[in-house]
Amino acid sequence: MRSFYGETLANGLMLGTAQYPSPKVLSDAFARSGAAVATVSLRRESGRDRAGQDFWELIRALNVHVLPNTAGCHSVKEAVTTAHMAREVFGTRWIKLEVIGEEDTLQPDVFGLVEAARILTEDGFQVFPYTTEDLVVADKLLRGGCEVLMPWGAPIGSGMGLNNVFGLRAMRAHFPDVPLVIDAGIGLPSHAAQAMELGFDAVLLNTAVAKAGDPAAMAEAFATAIRAGQLAADADPMPPRDMAAPSTPLIGKAFLE
Amino acid sequence: MKLQLNGAPLHSDATTLAALLEAEGFGGAKVATAVNGSFVPATLRATHPLNSGDSIEVLAPMQGG
Repeated sequence: MRSFYGETLANGLMLGTAQYPSPKVLSDAFARSGAAVATVSLRRESGRDRAGQDFWELIRALNVHVLPNTAGCHSVKEAVTTAHMAREVFGTRWIKLEVIGEEDTLQPDVFGLVEAARILTEDGFQVFPYTTEDLVVADKLLRGGCEVLMPWGAPIGSGMGLNNVFGLRAMRAHFPDVPLVIDAGIGLPSHAAQAMELGFDAVLLNTAVAKAGDPAAMAEAFATAIRAGQLAADADPMPPRDMAAPSTPLIGKAFLE
Repeated sequence: MKLQLNGAPLHSDATTLAALLEAEGFGGAKVATAVNGSFVPATLRATHPLNSGDSIEVLAPMQGG
């Protein structure tokens, strides 16, 4: 597996921490899957409830890499300011950079994304940009200092899987040395396995696990699928072909007409 | 003076950001702060003055995808 800003992860599962039925279920999902990375966010804190403090203790106990996001940010300024606040709170230079450009699809504003990524890289951040499979945008992000790319599989929370396999395959081929993560749109373990079979380095997902009937079991299913997909990619899959080719040898077959 | 704290109106006599945090129950909490949309690092809170009409954001770790 390619490393992420010098960090080699134990596996290719990056798991979100939102929407679980309870903190215990969240912890169980991480324990059963062995997810290497937890994505987290920042929200307004109440001085009375201090709910964020308990959540932070829960995340620390997971003993995984923490990847803060800028979810919900729609402008460069908002995303950059949020990133600075996240760096101070979480004590990491990693930032999952989201600059949302469209409400129905939560598609990234790639123009703002490129600008914010450049600003944050110059400020010493290690940026994980949530982007599309567009190769021109990808190239601009890399030129701006990103060393990881995170193209979407499908719109956030949709569970549709990999909407543009051709585009993702082209991205993998075009940037053979860049760590690539499928971020968003994953609904089933088979989607994650497919991403890994295509040669991606990790899969970032949240809703598919948190909204499953048994989130911990689903998290384990994803971890297993990601492991299978990576093994398959490493094993050099056969190329597909249009015509049938018998797998059983014809030599020595009896004549029974 | 009149302030906005996380979007809610507030009357406070705190003259610095650090004093406001202490008065509003954030003492020792793991939070990040912004005043009028600009990030204020923890190291500068004690010297960051507050003025009437300032809008303060206090953010903490939260679930995210």
